[in-house]
Amino acid sequence: MDIPSSMVVETQIVTFPSLALDCGVTLSPVDCAYETYGELNAARTNAILVCHAFSGDAHAAGISKEDGRPGWWEDMVGPGLAFDTDKYFVICANVLGGCRGTTGPGSINPITKAPFAMTFPVVTINDMVRLQKLLIDHLGITRLLSVSGGSMGGMQTLAWAVLFPDAVASVIPIATTSRHSAQQIAFNEVGRQSIMSDPDWLDGGYYGLKPPKRGLAVARMVGHITYMSDDSMKEKFGRRLRQRAELGYDFSAEFEVESYLRYRGSQFVDRFDANSYLYITKAMDYFDLAAGHASLGAAFEATRARFLVISFTSDWLYPTYQSLEIVSALRGRNRDVAYCELPSTYGHDAFLLEVEEQTDLVRGFLDRTFRNVSRKVAS
Amino acid sequence: MKRPFVQNVLSRLDYKIITAIIPPGSRVLDLGCGDGELIAWLMEHKDVDARGVELLPDLVQAAIARGASVYQGDIETSLNDYPDQAFDYVILSQTLQQTRHPLQVLRNMLRVGKRAIVAFPNFGHYSVRLAHLFSGRAPRNRLFPYDWYDSPNLHFLTVDDFETLCAKENWPVERTIFLAGQREVERLPNLMAEVAVFVITSR
Repeated sequence: MDIPSSMVVETQIVTFPSLALDCGVTLSPVDCAYETYGELNAARTNAILVCHAFSGDAHAAGISKEDGRPGWWEDMVGPGLAFDTDKYFVICANVLGGCRGTTGPGSINPITKAPFAMTFPVVTINDMVRLQKLLIDHLGITRLLSVSGGSMGGMQTLAWAVLFPDAVASVIPIATTSRHSAQQIAFNEVGRQSIMSDPDWLDGGYYGLKPPKRGLAVARMVGHITYMSDDSMKEKFGRRLRQRAELGYDFSAEFEVESYLRYRGSQFVDRFDANSYLYITKAMDYFDLAAGHASLGAAFEATRARFLVISFTSDWLYPTYQSLEIVSALRGRNRDVAYCELPSTYGHDAFLLEVEEQTDLVRGFLDRTFRNVSRKVAS
Repeated sequence: MKRPFVQNVLSRLDYKIITAIIPPGSRVLDLGCGDGELIAWLMEHKDVDARGVELLPDLVQAAIARGASVYQGDIETSLNDYPDQAFDYVILSQTLQQTRHPLQVLRNMLRVGKRAIVAFPNFGHYSVRLAHLFSGRAPRNRLFPYDWYDSPNLHFLTVDDFETLCAKENWPVERTIFLAGQREVERLPNLMAEVAVFVITSR
């Protein structure tokens, strides 16, 4: 099958001279990997930034020129889809600390000419957003129509609204939180400990050697459990055995769920850097929108964007109460906020899988925002 | 799912009345806003900054899909979040009789809004009185179409009841509109009005 050339996308990299981080360190220079879809209009009012979740990358939509893969949000971003690239100019960038083109612990430290590894500074969600702001400036956009994303992407949308209130007309935080709870930090810590206790980790200095594949795979297995729900696992695997009719009384991957988790774990190590896992989970754990403010509501005081907040009934990793905290704080400041809890059995994965309902919500919300923005530009 | 009462009895008349009351550019909160039809209309035609609260997820989705800023929640609790006098008008159309604590809801409406527009079916309408008198059973008619066991209505009030409450609570009534079918009722509203619309102010 021929793929239309307009669907083929190539990740681009722009280098910025420096970026001052929350931890006090200034990174210099900094690479930012990004992709764009659709056309920026003449008034530059139709640009939307989509922010990827923990393990995502800049390749949100279309077909990758490098490896032919579809984008991580292929059902939501494209011609005629929720983020309609016939109408909007959509941007997605790999996060700071990542391992898919943007500067991270696997990048070469220009001073030592060796990979940063654990000498890479600890980065925050706000740092990631500041790098995205440099990219937006570089692309000549002063105000984004929207910033949207699920999970860690949702944290970035919230940080955008607070850090750059004049640069966003709307934000769409999906299945996310204004700060990590003890439970969320706990799961991340299990993942980190799994990596750091792998003898191949070598205090992070495994570059050029054997990466800590076992530790990273186990970390990913834990992650996948938290992304699903009891119901979705029951439906997908139940207690079914794989390639055998009876229990084998051994420790092979006999349950389908075991084999699935092992497969996802082993697949992950080929595309993800273990140190990036450490740094990015740490950034999520540090995230607390209310930090430095009297309350979450006070943090939202500066915001001017419209908000569309979405949560999912079966998401126990980023439960609805966390979205309600955001919405309640926004209403307390009388901010323009729409909120819906969508029914789903998929757990946290719902933000990637419940396409139809999210499409209706996002399309209507963006359409209204775009009309508001266009009207203001015209008048 | 539509609100059958609004659709069948009021048709578009409640919109006409409510939109006639609300000046362009106002800040409006519509409680129990359903699929956001009124909010969308107000935004389109009156350049109103309108928000909504609705409990049923399907209706919330439909409302957001048409661009309305609607919040999925219970009007009895979620009103507490809003700051004082955040809105020019707070609308409660055909929902007062379904709230658990109507007095609390009304007080909260007047706290967050400068004015409250309250529309409710009049339990004092002669057809209700007759239905009760002659059948000897819980009245069921066009205004109150539900069997007693699956009615969403928790409270039954008349025009006079509401006026008495306004006097007791010291709420200035700025305007009243009484409706029967598609026309306004001029006389004996407690007997003749199917639907009452009160505009009360927060002083």
